[in-house]
Amino acid sequence: MTPTVSGQDVPREALLRSMKRLRRLEEAIAERYPEGRMRCPVHLSIGQEAVSAAVGLALHPEDLAVSGHRAHTHYLAKGGSMPRLVAEIYGKQSGCSRGKGGSMHLVDEAAGFKGSTAIVGGTIPVGTGLGLSLATRGSPQVACVFFGDAAVEEGVFFESVNFAAIRRLPVLYLCENNFYSVYSPLRVRQPEGRRIHEMVAGLGLSAAYGDGNDPELVYQMTGDALASIRSGAGPVFLEFTTYRYREHCGPNFDNDLGYRTEAEFLERRSADPVETYEMRLLESGVVTRESLATMDAAIAAEVADAFAFAEASPFPDRSEAFSDLYVGEDGA
Amino acid sequence: MEIDERILCFGLGVDDPKRIFGTTAGLVERFGPRRVFDMPTSEAAMTGVAIGASLDGARCLMTHQRLDFFLLTLDQIVNNAAKWRYMFGGQAAPVRIVVRLILGRGWGQGPTHSQNLQAWFAHIPGLKVVMPASPADAKGLLLSALFDDNPVLFLEHRWLHQMQGELPEGDHRVPIGKAAVVAEGSDLTIVTMSSMTVETLHALPALQEAGISAEVIDLRSIRPLDLDTVLASVRKTGRLLAVDTASPVCSVASEIVATAACECFDRLEGPPRRLALPDFPVPTSPALTDGFYPRAEQIAVAAAGMLGRTVDVAEIVASRTSPHDVPGDWFKGPF
Repeated sequence: MTPTVSGQDVPREALLRSMKRLRRLEEAIAERYPEGRMRCPVHLSIGQEAVSAAVGLALHPEDLAVSGHRAHTHYLAKGGSMPRLVAEIYGKQSGCSRGKGGSMHLVDEAAGFKGSTAIVGGTIPVGTGLGLSLATRGSPQVACVFFGDAAVEEGVFFESVNFAAIRRLPVLYLCENNFYSVYSPLRVRQPEGRRIHEMVAGLGLSAAYGDGNDPELVYQMTGDALASIRSGAGPVFLEFTTYRYREHCGPNFDNDLGYRTEAEFLERRSADPVETYEMRLLESGVVTRESLATMDAAIAAEVADAFAFAEASPFPDRSEAFSDLYVGEDGA
Repeated sequence: MEIDERILCFGLGVDDPKRIFGTTAGLVERFGPRRVFDMPTSEAAMTGVAIGASLDGARCLMTHQRLDFFLLTLDQIVNNAAKWRYMFGGQAAPVRIVVRLILGRGWGQGPTHSQNLQAWFAHIPGLKVVMPASPADAKGLLLSALFDDNPVLFLEHRWLHQMQGELPEGDHRVPIGKAAVVAEGSDLTIVTMSSMTVETLHALPALQEAGISAEVIDLRSIRPLDLDTVLASVRKTGRLLAVDTASPVCSVASEIVATAACECFDRLEGPPRRLALPDFPVPTSPALTDGFYPRAEQIAVAAAGMLGRTVDVAEIVASRTSPHDVPGDWFKGPF
């Protein structure tokens, strides 16, 4: 059930703008990927934008975040640089990881995005450790850990949440449940009838669930969770259902593989979070056709600029493969 | 922890009644439970927690009562700690963690409580690995590790815990990546580490008695490996015996021998040699560990043999007043 949210509470236009920005960027990545100039795997969040956009707006700029392999939208929504993200996917020197990380290893210290890595669940304890340090120094910041439904199957998830609950750490565990791990559906990975947030509540922390296609709901639940965490009440786990349209890794649609039905896809696609929310804001008069056109043009220009920046940026010198291994020295 | 208030110390039992074989005694009293604390039995997550806390500016010292439990954390240490700086192109915060790994041996520690896996860790670019042999190096390397801005694995041998030696006062630091020439000699070079350094020193009098002058190099650091010191010595002596606390295949001793063969083959006066544990898991029964671990007498025999000489080790053998599977008479178990 969607709670009523007053217009003042929710930055509706900003939510829509953020969702459209994430969508447009990733659509552009998908369109241009076959050119062969983005020479690394890409994991797109097309269809899942509502969660990233809403959580990104609910988090304070000084809050911290970590994520996993599907991190473009988390990175951007947390305030990461779009040109440096695209440049990183292009393997350029101007990339946010200077060409060492690619699409799966993103960082923007200035934005509080502390890093994303590619091993499922691998940053859950890292985000928990950020929370430990914040708690130890009495900071009002919160550490947000983005992960998917498969990451709760990893041992470190339980270990990390257990520790955060013991120490009442300021950590927001943000689970995007898109029902698939690569091509493995939930039914082969978790017992029938399990509700992830209910399982997690049993570990001794606050846990809740919501429709991840509803950006206002995500925004409000995340805002409430952050307020609770900042009050010292301990970590919170939020599960939002969402759906990825494209293949696990790459720019294409993959319903032909048969691991999910076309009917399921079409049903989910019909509840598209971006289109649905745009209609909702149009009907309620928050945006107009004209303001939307302006918004879309600005986003298109930003995305075009980001690709132009990436295309124009030089590759790192080959010698840079041998730098950055240790702090304070080069090489080993 | 007095020097830097951002140092946190945690691990299973750091504040329990036994205090990690006494090594963390008094810490929680001095620095409080906010900085010194026990942890859930969650080695993997807690390694990631240490990484995360360090990304926010903390320095974390984590302890495992046996190295073997640390294997549960390999994803965090290999995929995260070791690569964090590199994979973000130097744009991320430093990973400032030290992990103390205590090595077991004897008293039935057996196949899962006494593994020496320093070569595994040294194989991973991005990690630093140290193995002190003396009290002064233990202090000096631990301080250097704590104030290093990179992840450091600190492997300490349980049999060295009761060792006595001169301890420099104050902020004494031993540089990571510098080996120590603990005995100078001219006939052969013995490269060793950790408890094997002690065994090698015990072998020296017998070698001297036989007229053999051995140069002993205690590596102290496994990565970075101080090959300059090793190669300079091998070029001088022309002979190399690499003694390892681990099994031989793909070991640190293998790396030492390979490097000498590649870099100064023309200076070798005979084939280099490795002396390491048998290529087996460590069994539990005292009947099976008798002779399993090389000791001073085997080192002396091996070194002398490389010079075509024999050595009288009767005195070393006669000096043993305790069973082979304990570091001394005082050791009554259980671990």
